[in-house]
Amino acid sequence: MAYLELNSINKTYGQGANAIEVLSNINLSIEEGEFVAIVGFTGSGKTTLVNLINGLLAPTSGEVLFKNNPVEGTSHERGVIFQNYSLLPWLSVYQNVEMAVRAAFPNENRSFRDNHIKNYIDMVSLTSAIHKRPKELSGGMRQRVAVARALAMDPEMIIMDEPLGALDALTRGNLQDEILNIWNKNKRTALLITNDVDEGIYMADRIIPLRPGPNATLGPEFKINIDRPRDKITLNDNAEFKKTRNNIIEYLMDIGNERMTDSDISYQLPDLEPKDLRWEFK
Amino acid sequence: MSDKLIKIIRFIGLGFLEPIIRLSRGEEPRKNGILILKIIIAPLASVLLFIGVWQTGSTALFNKEANYRIEKALKDQGQKAADEMKLCIDSGDISCQPNTLPSPSQVNASFKTLLKDHKAISIDKKNFKEKTAALNKQRNAEGKDPIVYTGRPSFVDQIKTSIKTVFAGFLLAILIAVPIGVIIGLSDTLRSSFNWLIQIFKPVSPVVWLLLVFMIVKTLTKDSDTDSSFIISFISVGLCSMWATLVNTAMGVSTVDKDFINVAKVLKLGPLQKVFKVILPSSLPLIFTGLRITLSVAWMVLIAIELLAQSPGLGSFVWEEFQNGANDSNSKIIVAMFVIGIIGFLLDRLMLAIQKFVSFNKNEGI
Repeated sequence: MAYLELNSINKTYGQGANAIEVLSNINLSIEEGEFVAIVGFTGSGKTTLVNLINGLLAPTSGEVLFKNNPVEGTSHERGVIFQNYSLLPWLSVYQNVEMAVRAAFPNENRSFRDNHIKNYIDMVSLTSAIHKRPKELSGGMRQRVAVARALAMDPEMIIMDEPLGALDALTRGNLQDEILNIWNKNKRTALLITNDVDEGIYMADRIIPLRPGPNATLGPEFKINIDRPRDKITLNDNAEFKKTRNNIIEYLMDIGNERMTDSDISYQLPDLEPKDLRWEFK
Repeated sequence: MSDKLIKIIRFIGLGFLEPIIRLSRGEEPRKNGILILKIIIAPLASVLLFIGVWQTGSTALFNKEANYRIEKALKDQGQKAADEMKLCIDSGDISCQPNTLPSPSQVNASFKTLLKDHKAISIDKKNFKEKTAALNKQRNAEGKDPIVYTGRPSFVDQIKTSIKTVFAGFLLAILIAVPIGVIIGLSDTLRSSFNWLIQIFKPVSPVVWLLLVFMIVKTLTKDSDTDSSFIISFISVGLCSMWATLVNTAMGVSTVDKDFINVAKVLKLGPLQKVFKVILPSSLPLIFTGLRITLSVAWMVLIAIELLAQSPGLGSFVWEEFQNGANDSNSKIIVAMFVIGIIGFLLDRLMLAIQKFVSFNKNEGI
């Protein structure tokens, strides 16, 4: 049995005539310790998929199994890093992390928690900004706080919803390495949602494209057979990298084109015949 | 050191003093000079303009009233009486002064009179206290009520009473509106079921609230001999002014950012923790906006309520002066008007400072 399983998931928003099926027939299984990336276009239902897995949403039909138990609501076992950081602006970095730690370890004493919080803040190298509020931090720093907050709860699985989407390329690269380090250290299971194919290949063991919604469904998986630790600089010349990258992009381009031409709307043209004007001007 | 000073004056809303401080330290004289011109000299000029318009207006009204009096004397009693009237008015004799909009100088004089009056009454009070101190001690030992000063309250006493009433009403409004606002903000069902009540009672005039409170408090305090006018006026003030806070609190609580709610869910916070750690802090800015409106409404209706309820305070001061019709009554009313305005402004500033202090979005313009 897989660690996380999604069996023929459908998710519909709205009712009656306005109902839109965002996800249809999603099947996915992730093994323990695996790093899986789901790559998709914007608006293809990636966030909906994440929310189904972390328990914020319930599927319309189908089931989500986590360690063979159906997912009902959120759990401390699955840590989430949100797309837009979702830090509480009235709390400092320390307090934001503290809130998660208090929730995850309600029975531990104060000094244990304090140590734990400081460890994780140190892990994302924010010790110098520990008492600052989110407003005073840069985008990358904020995302690091969100990473620290999710990891400090010691989740068995980390779910990341485009965690680096809003960051510049340099910060992005650094944070990718940091997340990989942490994943490597504790060998947690990780699910990364992203719109960047390179990021997926650099970080994941497997990449699964999400075909664009409505009626989004998962495409065929691509295994990344590149040894870890991967090196960003030499990766670009790696034959395997190039091959996988081209395959995925080709696949995504194809479904992109398909989407453009594959339109159900047909236009009824008026029944007109050209009139022969030659005789009238004679 | 000095930057701290600037921060403080900015915080308490005296930011206009900043260029003076900077100029006194010789920083950017040209820029600060222009700033002083802009934010100190120009507003001062507008004050002078205001006083000028007021002076001209009151002079014109004074002349009109004086001419009317002279003409009336001429018509009723003949030329001699008219001349006497003219002499009398020109001499500034109190007995024949036209009663109209007072000039700035008259108002200033009345202000001084009121302060003098306050001093006299304070001394009176102090003497009375000293005189009755021994007697009151004795009465206290015997279990009797002490003798208290029952003389006329001074203008400053009236101000104090008004401020006391407004804060009592404000506190009542907070105690009622914030908890109810939070509760109905949390529940869609409660919000839709009590919305009609809020919508109907919100626009009700202070006068009607006063009458309603009067009906209830009168019956409730029937068998006690406490003075119910203070209770009536502060409850009315609270009920009139609490709606802004109620509506804002409910709105703030019901529109908490979905991301924050998701965080609370992912962290699996309990319901109480969710309310106190996520929902309330995130709606604090809106709650305080409501409280600021509430306080200014409270101060505004207080005057009207005191005026009607005959409870002591600035409102009844204005009403008594109006009924009194003495020569300087009009200027005393204008003094009261300015005092009411200035206190209202200060209360608003106070709330603004608190609002800025609790707001996590410090850069947000308010």
